[in-house]
Amino acid sequence: MRIALFVTCLADTMFPEAAKATVTLLERLGHEVVFPTEQTCCGQMHVNTGYQRDALPLVRRHVRTFDPYDVIVAPSGSCVGSVRHQHAMVASRAGDRRLASRAESVAGRTYELSELLVDVLGVTDVGAYYPHRVTYHPTCHSLRMLRVGDRPLRLLREVRGLDLVELPAADQCCGFGGTFAVKNADTSTAMLADKMHHVLSTGADVCTAGDSSCLMHIGGGLSRLRSGVRTVHLAEILASTEHSETAGDRGAVRP
Amino acid sequence: MTRTFLGMPVTAPPGVGHLRGAEPFPSAARRGLADPQLRRNLGHATKTIRAKSAGVIGEVPDWQELRAAGSAIKTDVMARLPELLEQLEAKVTAAGGVVHWAADANEANRIVTDLVRATGGSRVIKVKSMATQEIGLNEALEAVGIEPVETDLAELIVQLGDDRPSHILVPAIHRNRAEIREIFLRTMPGVDSTLTDEPAALAAVARRYLRQTFLTTKVAISGANFAVADTGTLAVVESEGNGRMCLTLPETLITVMGIEKVVPTWRDLEVFLQLLPRASTGERMNPYTSMWTGVTPGDGPQAFHLVLLDNGRSAVLADEVGRQALHCIRCSACLNVCPVYERTGGHAYGSVYPGPIGAVLSPQLTGVADNSSLPYASSLCGACYDACPVKINIPELLVHLRDQAPHPRGEATAMAAAAYTMNRPRLYQAAQRAVRLSRLAGRRGRGIPPPLDGWTASRDLPDPPAQTFRDWWATR
Repeated sequence: MRIALFVTCLADTMFPEAAKATVTLLERLGHEVVFPTEQTCCGQMHVNTGYQRDALPLVRRHVRTFDPYDVIVAPSGSCVGSVRHQHAMVASRAGDRRLASRAESVAGRTYELSELLVDVLGVTDVGAYYPHRVTYHPTCHSLRMLRVGDRPLRLLREVRGLDLVELPAADQCCGFGGTFAVKNADTSTAMLADKMHHVLSTGADVCTAGDSSCLMHIGGGLSRLRSGVRTVHLAEILASTEHSETAGDRGAVRP
Repeated sequence: MTRTFLGMPVTAPPGVGHLRGAEPFPSAARRGLADPQLRRNLGHATKTIRAKSAGVIGEVPDWQELRAAGSAIKTDVMARLPELLEQLEAKVTAAGGVVHWAADANEANRIVTDLVRATGGSRVIKVKSMATQEIGLNEALEAVGIEPVETDLAELIVQLGDDRPSHILVPAIHRNRAEIREIFLRTMPGVDSTLTDEPAALAAVARRYLRQTFLTTKVAISGANFAVADTGTLAVVESEGNGRMCLTLPETLITVMGIEKVVPTWRDLEVFLQLLPRASTGERMNPYTSMWTGVTPGDGPQAFHLVLLDNGRSAVLADEVGRQALHCIRCSACLNVCPVYERTGGHAYGSVYPGPIGAVLSPQLTGVADNSSLPYASSLCGACYDACPVKINIPELLVHLRDQAPHPRGEATAMAAAAYTMNRPRLYQAAQRAVRLSRLAGRRGRGIPPPLDGWTASRDLPDPPAQTFRDWWATR
């Protein structure tokens, strides 16, 4: 299958390992990955901070860039959530109904990585090997906007060598929330403290999730505490094999 | 009352009532975050009620259909609110009640104080009511020498402690037993220092205090959970029975009701009386449901006044997206699941409506400029939307209101610049390189300027990678 990678601006700029792992994984499964270079950012930060008018050209760019592809994947629940639940809304509020309907069409072909693997490609065993103790944090947008459910866990359970430990109070927000983390830094930190407490209580070496943004937040806190627990994107775990370089050599945050 | 109405509906006036906080949410939140007692109380209470509520909701096989029905009924109500309110007025009047229309808090307070004064009474007993808290009715009554006595136990604790409610359903959720004992000792006549902080002992002294008041007060003031347009019936649901005392014992009953509380038919109550207790207190059915239609000779209050309160609601109704906030049935399920509310407590929101629903309702009632920090008091985690028994899409509303909020100039400039850059791939790539090469942020991001230093107060920033994804892609 020919799959267009919607890399997301955060993974492109700050967490390329998650995006590279997505490519590696899909190619290993026998698919062709293309990267439309005209893509930049889906505009979620603008929409969620109250700048829909500024987001409009970004929505237009995204729709134009991805419209030619039948299947689009992103290593992020949050950015896929924005494409599905915000793009058409931004376009309609701006009075551009044509763009809104194209946006809906693109959204219908856009998948978060675990959705693509399980629902579209029909695999749960992706042939990965990752000999670490791992806990999984379901990010809010993947959980409640996309309803990915247990798809990521089904994928993780098939990874050889991986010791999956359940995260207590997993459905609680980590406190990232985009600009919320800066505008309400104290409240965000209080939420992060509880999330880190739960992560540390599992005794896991690695905390994984489907969103680099939430992992940047959790990982930033764990690094500040010098906890020794790393955050690794789900794609990197699924891309790992016995011979790969990505078998967890890079944490989200390095000292 | 007749009025010539021109232009857009007005928002709730400033200077009266409790819809506006004294400071923005982020700074008000710090007090709650730093209060271990509050954090423990709220953490325990919200966790307990979440589990209880989830249990009883799980028993209802058609819960999702009930939510959809609740949402549909409220959507219908908002679409024909004027017609339903006039129908309600006609039915209440025909049943011997008197209907008053109050455009805002000032008008409602004046109507109620005049009605109480006309009875010659100098004290009123109150049923727990959000609408009267919203308009600051107690202060208005006190200003003319009328003593309001709250009869809901938690509301009484708040009143005696000269405090503000911090939860829609459990107004004293921020208080512990020792504090409640101290408040009772200090403010209730005839309570001696042998009083323990056992809940039963505290409830017993409150009961003694309230019973005397019930039997000697001739006017009661209530809110309303629902009003049925086609019968003129008002409904109050509660747990303690003190509300029913107020609704049945006095000679005069005055009900202050937000105009959005009307439902078309008696049958619609079937939906809400299933939704509300399960979402709210986690009960299958609330212990007391009181309903009355006008006055009944020889039974209950012989004078009934219904005050229909607007106070910004018409302005909310005028916003196509925002109006779903008027669907709220005040169950507080969204507060109990909100990770922000759980940690900051209700006072941080400034308004009597805290939590997620408060963050979307208060700014709409007052105009967004007066509560501009509230729509940002959320990580957009979406737990509130899932919990809402009438499916109010609170995250959507938050984003909608953020778009209307006044933005700091520096932020607006930065956002415009970011959008400009992101719409030009070459410029975008140059910016990515700047991020990578600069390292201006210093080790782990310390030293970045405000407001971004909010991040590094508690979190390290990752080192920018040696190569962006697109650079890697170009070289493969």
